[in-house]
Amino acid sequence: MNLPLIVFFFFSFLAVAGAVMVILAREPIHSALSLILVMTALATLYLLLGAEFIAAVQILVYAGAIMVLFVFVIMLLNMGVEERTDFSKLAKFAGLPLAFVLLLFIAHWLWHSPVAGAAASGPGQTTGFSTVDLSRLLFTSYLFPFEATSILILIAILGAMVLARKEE
Amino acid sequence: MEFISQHPILVVSIVKIAVLLFVVMTALAYLTWLERKVIAHIQSRWGPYYVGAHGLLQPLADGLKFLFKEDVTPPVSDRLVYTLAPFLALSLALTALALIPFGPPSVTLLGQPVFVVSNIDIGLLFLFAVTSLGVYGVALAGWSSNSKYPLMGGLRSSAQMISYEVSLTISVVGVLLLAGTLDFNGIIEGQQGYFRYLPFIPRWHIFPQIIGFLCYLTAAIAETNRIPFDLPEAETELVAGFHTEYSSFKFAMFFMAEYANMITVSCLATILFLGGWLSPFPDSWKWQLYLPGLGLIALGLYCLVDTITTMRGLARLQFAVVTLLCLGGGALCMIPVVAGYIQGVFWFTAKIVAILFFYIWMRGTLPRFRYDQLMSFGWKLLLPVSLANLVGTAIVVLYFIMRGAG
Repeated sequence: MNLPLIVFFFFSFLAVAGAVMVILAREPIHSALSLILVMTALATLYLLLGAEFIAAVQILVYAGAIMVLFVFVIMLLNMGVEERTDFSKLAKFAGLPLAFVLLLFIAHWLWHSPVAGAAASGPGQTTGFSTVDLSRLLFTSYLFPFEATSILILIAILGAMVLARKEE
Repeated sequence: MEFISQHPILVVSIVKIAVLLFVVMTALAYLTWLERKVIAHIQSRWGPYYVGAHGLLQPLADGLKFLFKEDVTPPVSDRLVYTLAPFLALSLALTALALIPFGPPSVTLLGQPVFVVSNIDIGLLFLFAVTSLGVYGVALAGWSSNSKYPLMGGLRSSAQMISYEVSLTISVVGVLLLAGTLDFNGIIEGQQGYFRYLPFIPRWHIFPQIIGFLCYLTAAIAETNRIPFDLPEAETELVAGFHTEYSSFKFAMFFMAEYANMITVSCLATILFLGGWLSPFPDSWKWQLYLPGLGLIALGLYCLVDTITTMRGLARLQFAVVTLLCLGGGALCMIPVVAGYIQGVFWFTAKIVAILFFYIWMRGTLPRFRYDQLMSFGWKLLLPVSLANLVGTAIVVLYFIMRGAG
């Protein structure tokens, strides 16, 4: 066991445990906190892959901005504890088996994919892919998708403003 | 010894973390002392005076008081989150400091730079990532107390921090355009030298980016919840805001986190706008090597006069120790080798202290904003100004690039 592998398993465990807790927690704030945990654990996994920029942006955008809004709204509405319902019939007889089958499929695919072999030998060496390289790619090869995404975000902002505007 | 030679990064890092933690904790304690003293003098009072000479042992006494007080947890609170919040606040505030280069990377130990714990390529981005998580400490503290005023404080704080973080980040991008790197050492080294037509002004980013600097400073004060932006803990409206229910050491942790955040944003302002560990004087002025030593000796002489003329009894003994420390430290810094090593740290510290003093000065001078004023100031003034600054800088930088290419 080398150090990166230990770190990898530790943070993967945190990510999975956090994801489960998002669903199981009954307090909305606990769910939000678990989601933050998932985001941060994922950022650490990106770091292990040598993607420093993505890791920082992951924390900055998801954990630092979006989840703050989640927590803010939960606090503002002062939500109470969730009410638990028993599993509906559909979930019990169709959902659970389907989820199980899906997991089997993923396991099967991972087992036979070339990624599995690479993953078993532990996280690879950092590639030294710098922020400059990333921005060069973004503004040359991927300029169109990049700009298209920004327009999409702009439209979303405009939509939010139109919806939130008070009627005169 | 074998272990040390095999893992220089690990060993040196642990030593650096321990030293940094000690230094920062002491600095935090004495920052509270400085704040109380400065504010007291602004308001024509004496400030802490009785515990130690000039109240110099007051931070120690406060720390002990926090340790021995009863730690009350409200029975209606969410116990897990309530305990988590102060730890989150303090640990994040301290983590941010690990990225700050306090001195030039040329000073090394076992091949590792001494004055920075972790030097990474995207230092600035990572610092913002860590500090952007800081809001959780405050917000969760407000929520988990399950009480009216803390909840109000937590809500205000999240709203305020989201609003001002935008301006904070954008005001810094102008500097990034000029520096062309996210690496702290790169940003600082880019500020070396002097302007071509004004050879006495150092090429610090504050001069071309004065608007960005002012925006940064304002947003930074808001981010650290200090007066005039201290609505999350406005004592006249919200008792003590988000930490109303906290007592004992958990309260102390919030307190320390706030001061650690102050130090972090001051460090960042120093790095980005004030040339970090660079000296404002040209390299050819050799006497500046002895400035730290001379400063300490001057302080020591002042203390000596004070000891002899005004101090009585135990305070005289304590102040004699301070005098000896200052004079001894000053003498040590006069040795050329030592002076060379601490040069960068001296300038860095001097700039940080200047900004911190400015912070405290603001607190002694300005009244608090009203909540709606705070929001409209952040969104309607600060954000457009910093955006305009960014666009202007981008155009100028583009112009120079085009001219250089053509």
